[in-house]
Amino acid sequence: MATAEFRVSARKALADPELRANFRRAMDGLMSRRADLFARAGDWAGLRALGAAARLRALARLPELLERLEAKLVERGVRVHWAETVEQGNAIVGDILRRRGARLVVKGKSMVSEEMHLNHFLEGEGIEVLEADLGEYIIQLDHETPSHIIMPAIHKNRRQIAKLFFERIKGARYSEEVDELTALARAVLREKFERADAGISGVNFAVAETGTLVLVENEGNGRLCTTVPPVHIALMGIEKVIERLDQVPALLALLTRSATGQPITGYVNMITGPRRAGEKDGPDEMHLVILDNGRTRVYADAELRDVLRCIRCGACMNHCPVYTRVGGHAYPGTYPGPIGKILMPQMLGLEKVGDLPHASALCEACTEICPVAIPIGDILVRLRREGTRADSRAVQGAGARRSAFESLVWSAWAAIYATPVLYRPMVWTLTRLGGLLPRGLPGLRDWMRVRARPRFARRSLHELARRAGLPDA
Amino acid sequence: MPERPAAVYYFGTCLADLFFPEAGMAGIRLLRAQGVEVIYPRGQSCCGQPAYSAGRTEEARRVATAQLGLFPRDLPIVVPSGSCAGMMRAHYHALFAGTQDAAAADRVAARVIELTQFLVDVIGLKPRDLGPPITVAWHGSCHAMRLMGVGDQPKLLLRELANVTLVEVARERECCGFGGVFSVRQPEISSAMATDKADAVVATGAEALISGDCGCLLNIGGVLAKRGERVRPMHIAEFLWERTRGDG
Amino acid sequence: MPDARSAILTRLRAGAPATVTPPDEDFAPVAGIGMGGEERLARLRRAMEAVHTEFLDARGADWVPAIHAWMVAQSLPSLILAPRTEPGRRIAERWPGLGAGPRLIPYDRPLAEWKAALFAENGAGLTATLGGIAATGSLILIPSADEPRTLSLVPPVHIALLEVARIYDTMWQAMREQEWSRAMPTNLLLISGPSKTADIEQTLAYGVHGPKRLLVVLV
Ligand code: SF4
Repeated sequence: MATAEFRVSARKALADPELRANFRRAMDGLMSRRADLFARAGDWAGLRALGAAARLRALARLPELLERLEAKLVERGVRVHWAETVEQGNAIVGDILRRRGARLVVKGKSMVSEEMHLNHFLEGEGIEVLEADLGEYIIQLDHETPSHIIMPAIHKNRRQIAKLFFERIKGARYSEEVDELTALARAVLREKFERADAGISGVNFAVAETGTLVLVENEGNGRLCTTVPPVHIALMGIEKVIERLDQVPALLALLTRSATGQPITGYVNMITGPRRAGEKDGPDEMHLVILDNGRTRVYADAELRDVLRCIRCGACMNHCPVYTRVGGHAYPGTYPGPIGKILMPQMLGLEKVGDLPHASALCEACTEICPVAIPIGDILVRLRREGTRADSRAVQGAGARRSAFESLVWSAWAAIYATPVLYRPMVWTLTRLGGLLPRGLPGLRDWMRVRARPRFARRSLHELARRAGLPDA
Repeated sequence: MPERPAAVYYFGTCLADLFFPEAGMAGIRLLRAQGVEVIYPRGQSCCGQPAYSAGRTEEARRVATAQLGLFPRDLPIVVPSGSCAGMMRAHYHALFAGTQDAAAADRVAARVIELTQFLVDVIGLKPRDLGPPITVAWHGSCHAMRLMGVGDQPKLLLRELANVTLVEVARERECCGFGGVFSVRQPEISSAMATDKADAVVATGAEALISGDCGCLLNIGGVLAKRGERVRPMHIAEFLWERTRGDG
Repeated sequence: MPDARSAILTRLRAGAPATVTPPDEDFAPVAGIGMGGEERLARLRRAMEAVHTEFLDARGADWVPAIHAWMVAQSLPSLILAPRTEPGRRIAERWPGLGAGPRLIPYDRPLAEWKAALFAENGAGLTATLGGIAATGSLILIPSADEPRTLSLVPPVHIALLEVARIYDTMWQAMREQEWSRAMPTNLLLISGPSKTADIEQTLAYGVHGPKRLLVVLV
């Protein structure tokens, strides 16, 4: 897992014009499609309030709802497993597959499985895992991780994909036609669906009221993974549960519109248990693995808990000026973009990725766009604060980014700016002598790489206002 | 439209104080030309945002506390910056929650209004253009739009000016990459954003780039100046004053 | 792993908010919009056609020959159907009298017994629907013992019968009127077009894993 300073990986990404063009084009497309749809079909504010309410209600009663979900699922014949860590989660999946003697597994899109590095684990167990979502399949062929939570292969253009297919798929002929590339993947995967011993999927919403797992997708790979193989294993984080089925329509509308600008995905697959007696298809065995992996700690803090509202739509990435420029692989851990900046420091610890919350201009484009109204900007600031606090245990690694020098600078700054008899002379001095500041000052040097040196005014606003005779009170 | 007050407080901001005092003065002149008395508390320095967004809450509160007592009368606090206004309006509540200044902070926050919001929503200003023809581009700051809810007020003002042609910058709502300490902590990304924004501004062919926030002007203007572009960065207050000279 | 379960729930309980005031929910944005019948059909059609769904209007006519004629015109070799459902019976009864055309294949055994054959089949699968949703352009399907899930999934073409009178304004309205939450079936599907992907350069391609074509027959 990359935990190098974000600045280093970002610098590398910024220097890659092809990568930048791929992201810029894709994000522009996603943004405009979303905007068009909400403009046409739009009670955005009402829908957003409804979606946020559903998520808030779920979080307010999370433990109780998880228990209800479990009871309902068990009633319907689903085996429910709990995992505190990714190791536990992997072991559970491994055990199920071993017991069934599974050799080949097909997998639908699941970010939780990325958190678990499940493929890697299963391959170590001698089990072949095939990503069935086209984007996931592409990056699996290239031994990469997703660069976007909805569009995992968005960092590649069609030429790069054409080359990859040509080199890695036996018997493939070279083509840059999207239809041909798609047909090629279909042919490879169809045979795998037919032979697979088990299917693995994620979960978009888990309904406590009915014990229903809601999965959305466009390709049909998710339906195949959850229908054709004899075993289905679904994976979800503890936060995925919602109270009632009638909350699904709003959340679904927000998810698909925000993610890809679609009024709905091609398939909404609602699964409530394995095949029943007499049914001709569907898995005869079904499991749900509920993963914590740091989420209970997030939950314990009233402010940070809002991160768990997330429905993984990816809109915050699409609208993020930083993500758009550096792409998903510049971010450490599983989730990139704004959601990653507020989630990964809590999962991995501030001592490892404490610079992530700082990699934002706090432009609030993400907060504005988030369909469940997560105050992303406020949480970024909170995590910056945690990074400098030694007295907090809210986040792992709190205080890890405290630097004595920075603390000194900020204390001096506060002392001056809070004290008019210090502040005004400082301003007076800077307006007269600010031009003499050495250009080698760390901040100034970086600033001046693409910008002219900022010039202090000759007279401050304070002086001009006084001269103009403005009253003081 | 709310009732027009006889007087307002003016919070000039630390960036205007040091880098754009003429913009700050232009805002004051625009208000006075409308018959609004402007009070400029001499104790003012900074809203506290730089420390706040760096996660230095105590330092931010210390500086913000020093501002709270400067606005005793129940008058609007006009700020020629969406970002500083946004800091006061959107974050003072949380910053002071649970402290003895909580109530005072809420009282201040509730009265904060961004300059163009005040000019349009409260005064109903219809500036009369006295200047020669010019093409300008507008850049709205992120915090003006997303924290203060500034909508089309600045553009309404610019469109009132008969000889001014307003052109749109591509991806006009995208951040210019300033972000205060962000430009120091992530200089490469900040530079990339600033450069892209400057490219988009130049591509419009505008002669001036108008904005309501000194941070954005410092940032985009810095790139334009370094490259020797002809586009002139200008605060909207200064531009309006130059075009109308009080004859609004 | 019972330990993990209690550890997770204990931590959640310790961190749970003391006073719970869950926000109210105003369902107006997802409730019915009060559309007329024709408007519902028009909206559904527009939305589904935008994603390459095909329509065959067999209202007021006999839909069996209509499907037969369409399949002949498309040179589709076979039609897989659910023999114990009402539409399945009707087709089986009428098909032989319609002359040369696609071969009928009854889905009459568990998938495991003919998986390879089903995957190899290059024709269409026919299902009924429980109605449609106008706002999003979706079909409601509840696969069952008689009408398996793979019928609408594995064959390259999916033919779905839609009773125009059973189109709802919204999903919310459909689930309330059909009382889904009272007894959820093992699988409930909304299908809003043929299989598609935009994973390569955001360019839409159809038929990636599921059906390449979706024909909605209005009855
Ligand atoms: S944080 Fe909000 S915008 Fe980002 S993925 Fe989650 S729900 Fe979507």
